[in-house]
Amino acid sequence: MFTVLHDLVRYNIEFAIGLGLMTAIVIFAGLSFVSPVDPTMVYLAIPDQPPSAENWFGTNSRGQDLFWQLTFAFRNSLVFGFTVAILSRIISIAVGLTSGYVGGWVDRSLMFVNDIFVAIPIFPVLVLFYFVFRDDLDSFRLALIMACFGWPFDARLIRSVAMGLKHREFTRHAVFAGMSTRKILFEEHLPYVMPIIFSTFMNNMLWSIGFEVTLAVLGFTDINEPTVGTVLYWANSHSAMVVGVWWWVVIPIILVVMTFLGLFLLAVSTNEYIDPRSRLRRMGA
Amino acid sequence: MTDYIWFLAKRAALLVAVIFFGVSAAFFITHLSPIDPVETALGRISSQASFSPQAIAEMRQTLTELYGTDAPVLSQYGNFWRRLLVGDLGPSLIAFPTPAMTLVMQAMPWTVALLVISTLITFVLGNLLGGLAGYNQNNALFKSLGMLAISLQPIPYYVVAFILLILFGFVWPVLPISGGYAMTVTPGLNLPFVLSVLNHAILPALSLVLVGFGSWFLGMRALVSNIVTEDYVTYAELAGVRKSTIVGSYVMRNALIPQITGLAMTLGTVFSGTVITEEVFNYPGLGSLLIDAVFEGDYALVLAVSSISVVAVAGAIFVVDLLYPLLDPRIRSE
Amino acid sequence: MTDDILKVSDLKAYYQMNYYGNNFEVRAVDGIDMSVRRGEVYGIAGESSSGKSSFVKVLAAAIRPPLRLVSGSVRYDFAGHPIDLATADARDIEAIRWKHLSYIMQGSMSVLNPVRRIGRTFEDFASRPLNLRGRAFRDRIVAHLERLKLPAEVLQAYPHELSGGMRQRVTIGLATVCHPEFILADEPTTALDVVVQKEVLKLLRDIQKEMGAAVIFVTHDMSVHANVADRVGIIYAGNLVEEGPTREMFSAPKHPYTAHLVASLPRIGDTAQRPALDGRPPNLAKPPPGCRFHPRCPLAVERCRREAPPLETVSPDHRTACWRWSEVAPLVDHGMRQEVVR
Ligand SMILES: Nc1ncnc2c1ncn2[C@@H]1O[C@H](COP(=O)(O)OP(=O)(O)OP(=O)(O)O)[C@@H](O)[C@H]1O
Ligand SMILES: [Mg+2]
Repeated sequence: MFTVLHDLVRYNIEFAIGLGLMTAIVIFAGLSFVSPVDPTMVYLAIPDQPPSAENWFGTNSRGQDLFWQLTFAFRNSLVFGFTVAILSRIISIAVGLTSGYVGGWVDRSLMFVNDIFVAIPIFPVLVLFYFVFRDDLDSFRLALIMACFGWPFDARLIRSVAMGLKHREFTRHAVFAGMSTRKILFEEHLPYVMPIIFSTFMNNMLWSIGFEVTLAVLGFTDINEPTVGTVLYWANSHSAMVVGVWWWVVIPIILVVMTFLGLFLLAVSTNEYIDPRSRLRRMGA
Repeated sequence: MTDYIWFLAKRAALLVAVIFFGVSAAFFITHLSPIDPVETALGRISSQASFSPQAIAEMRQTLTELYGTDAPVLSQYGNFWRRLLVGDLGPSLIAFPTPAMTLVMQAMPWTVALLVISTLITFVLGNLLGGLAGYNQNNALFKSLGMLAISLQPIPYYVVAFILLILFGFVWPVLPISGGYAMTVTPGLNLPFVLSVLNHAILPALSLVLVGFGSWFLGMRALVSNIVTEDYVTYAELAGVRKSTIVGSYVMRNALIPQITGLAMTLGTVFSGTVITEEVFNYPGLGSLLIDAVFEGDYALVLAVSSISVVAVAGAIFVVDLLYPLLDPRIRSE
Repeated sequence: MTDDILKVSDLKAYYQMNYYGNNFEVRAVDGIDMSVRRGEVYGIAGESSSGKSSFVKVLAAAIRPPLRLVSGSVRYDFAGHPIDLATADARDIEAIRWKHLSYIMQGSMSVLNPVRRIGRTFEDFASRPLNLRGRAFRDRIVAHLERLKLPAEVLQAYPHELSGGMRQRVTIGLATVCHPEFILADEPTTALDVVVQKEVLKLLRDIQKEMGAAVIFVTHDMSVHANVADRVGIIYAGNLVEEGPTREMFSAPKHPYTAHLVASLPRIGDTAQRPALDGRPPNLAKPPPGCRFHPRCPLAVERCRREAPPLETVSPDHRTACWRWSEVAPLVDHGMRQEVVR
């Protein structure tokens, strides 16, 4: 495990950059635990101060220190993305492994359901949920809903790997040894799909955090909970760009782009580590 | 031929299933709400303008029929389907008494045009450049294009649209950042209107292209760099087949098949992106309509936009799926 | 020997592997010397992953990373076009492809573009070298296909619509339609069932005779060599270990490995227990010292472990790389197979 990590960092520049970016963001979000201010309070500082020695990222029009505000925002957004990724991974692993291993009509019907989920445009559906829940749509509920939509692509990917594993020698041995299907799936096959799960985990976090930003900026989430999206929401509602409080918009956007880039690089580089064909290509070049 | 019919039948079944489940979901999600939509709607309408009691009673009746609490949920559900099929989902609130469906149909062309144009540009550009990048892996220009694609690809629609808005709205205000056309032109088939529409579409379309480009580019590059190691490509190269033929008819042509499937699979996501982008640029399409409807608590309109979105996206996916057998003779044949 | 059309000397080609920081070489072709005469069918045999395909790839100028030419020369003497692949530039190599030198790649099932009609593929491959277009080109192709017992309709077909045997004949057709002087055929019949295989072999042989082309024919199936090859070369772990006239190779092999290959042929009415060869071919990234065959060789002595034997001539046209060749006896009494096609 550690040698793999070491190899990746050493020989894969994309992985190294991605890891660096994510480490920085996670440390930044972690700082929220030692924050001297409560992120939900307003007018604790002089509003609209540009970045300076005591307010590194400046303050916003609501009298909040942006540095500490953003540490909470990133913590909440990361936790949100993590929750969605974990939940949707559970669904996609269950569906993907079952579909790939059992095959037949089980596979066909699961993939049919899968295709339905792929084809439904998620944004109108999420908006519909907001329409119903209104301000009760907190992070956790939103995470649950998004998890229900975040699995189909990855389930298909895991299924294709599981179909390959099914015909491997060790599966047959396990079957002859009388192992139950569930045991085979979770003890024999799961380790092989683990790298894909990691890669899709990153992609999924990226997707859900992105969606959270979108919904929040439009005001379709609980706007009193600091997240990356709600920070931008408040900046918008105070017309931050128009009145010249540019740091309120620019700094979060820089940080969020760093996050997305970091997650994406981790996803693609591990994906490449898994896929020997792209590795071979790299070698030949 | 039978394979083709099978394929069609399966895709058609999927189309029906998606519409059925999507529209049902829209219906049942809205019915989770504890609020009585009829009275909320009536309260809102009568607070905005005065209506005759008769008109209000009539409205109450239509609205009750649509989501009414008097009937059991299942019969409301059946009713909803019937109304959807005849295209009548009741009056909207935000532009009372214009029917919700009329508003949807007015917004639809804007979204469809934006979506189709930007998807076409993105698909062609991304696949062409990605394919060339996959074939010429050591070319510095394509390598830097790859870097650009990698850094653009993960950024969500909203953020890209927002960055463009900042750049062209505040930093360098040369393009219109809001609306579908200028106030000064009269809608219709006249040159100033068409030009104004195109001018207003640049930023929304650009942001959609920027986000979409990366995934097509990277996907095609990966596909092509696998396909160039296929035996039939190597063999054609060894036989001295002309380079342009190899790139076009051997490499790209084969890579296009999974990309078309990919197009069908991403249409839902692209639609969501379009909706989001429209909101940023205040573009008069389905997205802006949906968001206005949510803020105004317009039940009929929300339900209409979501149902029609599901139907439209499923239909578009079906159309793209029909293209697939044209590209892959293995499905077309008997 | 002025009649050699191909002369290979000290050819080395390695796969350069790099697995996340681990660099190593797979020595798939490691010092091969041989030559092929005009109009001859030279068979190459050897077990799986001994380096047969890698060798043929080098001969076909089909070197792609990670394969790399390390040393040696590959000289073809085409009419008016002598060329050394090791030093020639890309333009010269392009000029001989398909006109003079054609190649049937291993796995002919996957060498046809799945989304292109066979007719278009023929156009792509042969229109330029033949310098024909339109009607004239089509007539020429149809005539050629007829010789391969393929109906003209296959030109309208996609590869997946053809049977394995038809596809194989199509690839043979692609490789022979320009009447090259030299054909490299890598396992062109391996995936076919016995009946179709025989038919395809006969066609290939007929066409070869008619055109007078030289052929290198690779297969691990010794019975096929018995039927088509004039001479046979045996490759073991990247080395040519024995080479000689087909008849002699079967009746009096001079290398213990050849003796095993020959002995493992099934024969009608034969119930004798044949000694099996233990072990696996060596890892080409770390070949054993001395003779590469010694870990599996029943005759191995101390010298074999230390020193690699040179390829020495033991009778006219017959060379072997074994210190103890004079002690090698056929493991079974072996006449030629009955069903010789020619
Ligand atoms: N593309 C490649 N990359 C790395 N190693 C390779 C590659 N192709 C072949 N090899 C290695 O080179 C060695 C020789 O392979 P080659 O394909 O020449 O064998 P072969 O004799 O043709 O076998 P077969 O009878 O199975 O076709 C093997 O050890 C194989 O693992
Ligand atoms: Mg081979």
